[in-house]
Amino acid sequence: MNKPSTFRRIITTDLPVLIIVLFAMAPFAWMVLTSLTPTKALNATGVSISPAGWSLDNYVRLLQQTSFLDNMLDSLIIACGTMALGLAVAVTAAYAFSRFRFGGRKLLMLQFLLINMFPIVLLILPLFVLMRKVGLLDTHFGLILANATVAIPFAVWMLTSYVGAIPKSLDEAAMIDGCSRLTALRRIVLPLMLPGIISTGIYIFITAWNEYLYALTLGGRNVRPVTVAIQTLIGEYQIEWGLLAAGAVVGAMPATILFLLVQRRLIGGMTQGAVKG
Amino acid sequence: MTTAGNDRMTATTASPSTDVTIATPWRVRLMPYMLLAPAVLVTVFIVFFPMVQALATSFYDLILWRPNASRFVGFGNYVKLFADPVFWTALGNTAIWIGLTVPLQMGLGLVTALLLNREFPWRGLARGLIIIPWALPSVVIALMWRWIYDPNTGILNDILIYLSVVQSAVPWLADPDLALYAIIATLTWQGFPFFAVMILAGLQGIPKSHYEAASIDGASTWRQFVHITLPGIAPVLATAGLLRVIWVANSMDVIFVMTGGGPGYATHTLPLYAFVRARQNLDFGYGTTIAVTFTILLGAVVALYLARTMREVER
Repeated sequence: MNKPSTFRRIITTDLPVLIIVLFAMAPFAWMVLTSLTPTKALNATGVSISPAGWSLDNYVRLLQQTSFLDNMLDSLIIACGTMALGLAVAVTAAYAFSRFRFGGRKLLMLQFLLINMFPIVLLILPLFVLMRKVGLLDTHFGLILANATVAIPFAVWMLTSYVGAIPKSLDEAAMIDGCSRLTALRRIVLPLMLPGIISTGIYIFITAWNEYLYALTLGGRNVRPVTVAIQTLIGEYQIEWGLLAAGAVVGAMPATILFLLVQRRLIGGMTQGAVKG
Repeated sequence: MTTAGNDRMTATTASPSTDVTIATPWRVRLMPYMLLAPAVLVTVFIVFFPMVQALATSFYDLILWRPNASRFVGFGNYVKLFADPVFWTALGNTAIWIGLTVPLQMGLGLVTALLLNREFPWRGLARGLIIIPWALPSVVIALMWRWIYDPNTGILNDILIYLSVVQSAVPWLADPDLALYAIIATLTWQGFPFFAVMILAGLQGIPKSHYEAASIDGASTWRQFVHITLPGIAPVLATAGLLRVIWVANSMDVIFVMTGGGPGYATHTLPLYAFVRARQNLDFGYGTTIAVTFTILLGAVVALYLARTMREVER
């Protein structure tokens, strides 16, 4: 009796979902296959579908002949720095927004929402001029600051919704027991916020790691994050697709793995943040 | 705001009661501002100060490698902008870019969300895999699709020729009539997962009992969709749609890496034009003018979104 309905389900649900999953995965899968095909074979016969033609040749070249590991380190420093800066200023701000009612609260919240809507191009040009003046161009700190323009407002909103979900009665109880506001924040609210802080931090890490335009404009020579480095893998006379694909796969890996690890919690927070404010 | 002002008034007038009670209310009153100070100060320095600078720059004729030749031109850049044919091309492209990308992303996202809302064994896995495009760096996405679209060795042409859809290889990104649409397809691929997860969250908020009641009344699946599902997810669609219009309008990294705005000006959108102009000629005065104009145009959409979101925060 169960069979027809299972069959029906497969036709109307499983199959369409499979098609969409394939559509979502195919381009990246193709990139992985390209990276596994040695350049000679790629030029002669195209991408090798069967494992027989695969080798790690492109990856070996990537690590030995280019400075890709250094670029990964640059990206790591910038992403971690942005995460630290963003979280450090956003935690207290989020606490203030969710626990206090004060003059200008709405305006200040609006301000943080507004920043995220500004076209990046409007910021990139003046930031370039300003950073050139104060000598921050092509430094890790400069890029951390630039990425913080995106990270701080996002973190403030995301964390405000997390703190809002923690019952006020908890910190009130702690204060009745003689804790000051700040002690209550540190001892009661902060531990409960930890899941929110972790997923916000990871999201900041991912966006900073994937960021391209700031990295290209404000960095590029001494400090060259992976997103910029991948582009330089394009050969001189013709595009070296194999090497480029290997760089793209390695460069995309850290952010993608992190994303898959925390996606459930992240999506919960983001949809909540976006739908409910 | 007025109530807060009144509170402050009463606090000051009530202050001469005892020393202890004065000290605490003031400290408590200042506390939120102290807590907010770091975030606000940093954003003032890295966002608002540069923005004011940008606005000022747009009134100057500033070529970055000739800083001494910089001079005030008033609205000169803006006058020049409205007479610039590339500006109007870029404006048109931006309209097509937003007008096609967002509905396509939303449509595909809606279908995906409806499917993912059904019961099937590997639902969690499917949900995880579908989001992958969204997590990839945009530079990787752009290069990946350049490789797929490649006229000589790209897989897309191979497939289409094999299926006899086209007779000879199509130069997707080199044809001025096709390039913009090819990039729109890429961005649709990148952005539909966002809509899918947002809409899915909305769908899961609709009580099952509504559907049960409707099917007892004999409503068809289509009628259930129109009368229960659509109204249920309308707020999500509106919020996600507005948010996406802003993001899609702003995003230029994928176009920049895929075509750099070419061939000719075929894939120039306004932010890209501003960026390319400032980057190639170091013509920061004019580049900033384009950026400011674009921001003002986008402002209408932003205002709509802010009004929506702040209404929710009002509580």
